[in-house]
Amino acid sequence: MFSINIQNLSKSYGDVQALKNVSLSIEHGELFGLIGPDGAGKTSLLRILATMLLPTSGTADLEDCDVVTDYKKIRKMIGYMPGRFSLYTDLTVEENLQFFATVYGSTIEENYHIIKDIYSQIEPFKDRPAGKLSGGMKQKLALCCSLIHLPKVLILDEPTTGVDVVSRAELWEMLKNVKNHGITIIVSTPYMDEASLCDRVALIQDGEFMSIDTPQAIVDNFEFKIFEVRTANMHKLMADLGEITFVESVHLFGQYVHVTFKNNDVKSDKLNSVLLDKKHSEIEIREIKPNIEDCFIHLMSTQK
Amino acid sequence: MFYSLNVNTEMSSEGTIITVKNLVKKFGNFTANDNLSFDVYRGEIFGFLGANGAGKTTAMKILCGLSAPTSGEVSVAGFDIYTQSELIKRNIGYMSQKFSLYEDLTVYENMRFYAGIYGMKRKDIKSKAEAMLLNLGILDYKDKLVAEIPLGWKQKIAFSISIFHEPKIVFLDEPTGGVDPLTRRQFWSMIYDAAHRGITVFVTTHYMDEAEYCDRVSIMVDGRIAALDTPIELKKQFDVSTMGDVFLKLAR
Repeated sequence: MFSINIQNLSKSYGDVQALKNVSLSIEHGELFGLIGPDGAGKTSLLRILATMLLPTSGTADLEDCDVVTDYKKIRKMIGYMPGRFSLYTDLTVEENLQFFATVYGSTIEENYHIIKDIYSQIEPFKDRPAGKLSGGMKQKLALCCSLIHLPKVLILDEPTTGVDVVSRAELWEMLKNVKNHGITIIVSTPYMDEASLCDRVALIQDGEFMSIDTPQAIVDNFEFKIFEVRTANMHKLMADLGEITFVESVHLFGQYVHVTFKNNDVKSDKLNSVLLDKKHSEIEIREIKPNIEDCFIHLMSTQK
Repeated sequence: MFYSLNVNTEMSSEGTIITVKNLVKKFGNFTANDNLSFDVYRGEIFGFLGANGAGKTTAMKILCGLSAPTSGEVSVAGFDIYTQSELIKRNIGYMSQKFSLYEDLTVYENMRFYAGIYGMKRKDIKSKAEAMLLNLGILDYKDKLVAEIPLGWKQKIAFSISIFHEPKIVFLDEPTGGVDPLTRRQFWSMIYDAAHRGITVFVTTHYMDEAEYCDRVSIMVDGRIAALDTPIELKKQFDVSTMGDVFLKLAR
């Protein structure tokens, strides 16, 4: 059986449909990423799974328990870390951990093994009020508090939003370790580059899944050849590319422009000669592998 | 659209719009900004990067005239931070992802409110607002409540409003957080247009691909500027292929 099983789930707030008939199954011990921008429906889905929000229609099961009828059972076996820091800022690090362990009828000692790697990094500050921790340390404490009762499923709502690259890398390291304990993890993020760190991902936009697969398969299924292009005058390049008839899409990606052609038989030489005609210099054109963000943008424009 | 400035790093001081010399800001025993010195050139897109807690927000508040340094010299748009902070505020624009527009006002009411604060005349506001919305292709949003507008548009409108009064510099504090990848690119096109028109852009971001769009990037670590150069030079200097790797090498 699946750890999480979602069937035809919808959620509406008045006229706004936050989730439109979505279905998804997640295996035990899977690290699953929910990837999409603000307003895509990520938080609504996670809050339904955490039994904090009722679906409008459809069903969702966690470990064979229904989120509506068996919510009491589910609450005991999940760890939930909301997007906003939600620990007691006036309690110390250790008091927060103690509190969460006690609420779930456990003790710090009983499950220390699961948080040891993470907690050891903040243990030197265990007598400091949680409100006085740095952003990275707050997050480590929140993760410890959501794990201390040894949940079967860990639900994380945008743990890396607004967090710097170093702390983001650390968090994903920690999640990998949690996964090694056999805990199912569902994590949402607006950062497309974090997809590759998940076993499988769902790309979500406007309340719908555009694709559910392994990050590798999503990239492999991208049907177009994609080229990164750069010339001495990028401003002119963007404008010129937009006017070339055999060019399908043009998007800025760091210091390059990613370009696809309407027909995969078009060779990069053809683009090169057009750009030469348009007086471009220092032309670089290279075929590259698409990344998740290329795929996301492509799916956004084709599924609308 | 995309505009690549060929930054002349030997620009004279006439081309400098922000000058920071030996800036120190202390909170009690804690030194948030530890002897910062850097210049920002007129019309450039200056990326201000750093780990959480590195001191970015503190420095940005000082540059916006909202907080006084403990010591050091700072001049913004030709005005001194200690004696002319009100003049600085008039000559800058500011936008952040966290706070941008009033949700319960219409788009036009927001424009009128912000432009009014900056002393623009009502008549000018009306004609300019309509021209701006027309240019963005969203004239029909004019009388809609901000709360009813798609999220991606809110950010783009907020940016447009932050430069509505034609400031010399606009400060953007994580302007694209959580925005979808298409909107993020459209947003950067707008930033390039603004820079093209001569508005200096001072921007913070956690998206490392966005660091590549900047003319120059500074990276703060523990209250100091650990590196400052063009993205291409920084990648060369640290012998890596992305700005993300430069950041990791410096901040870890």
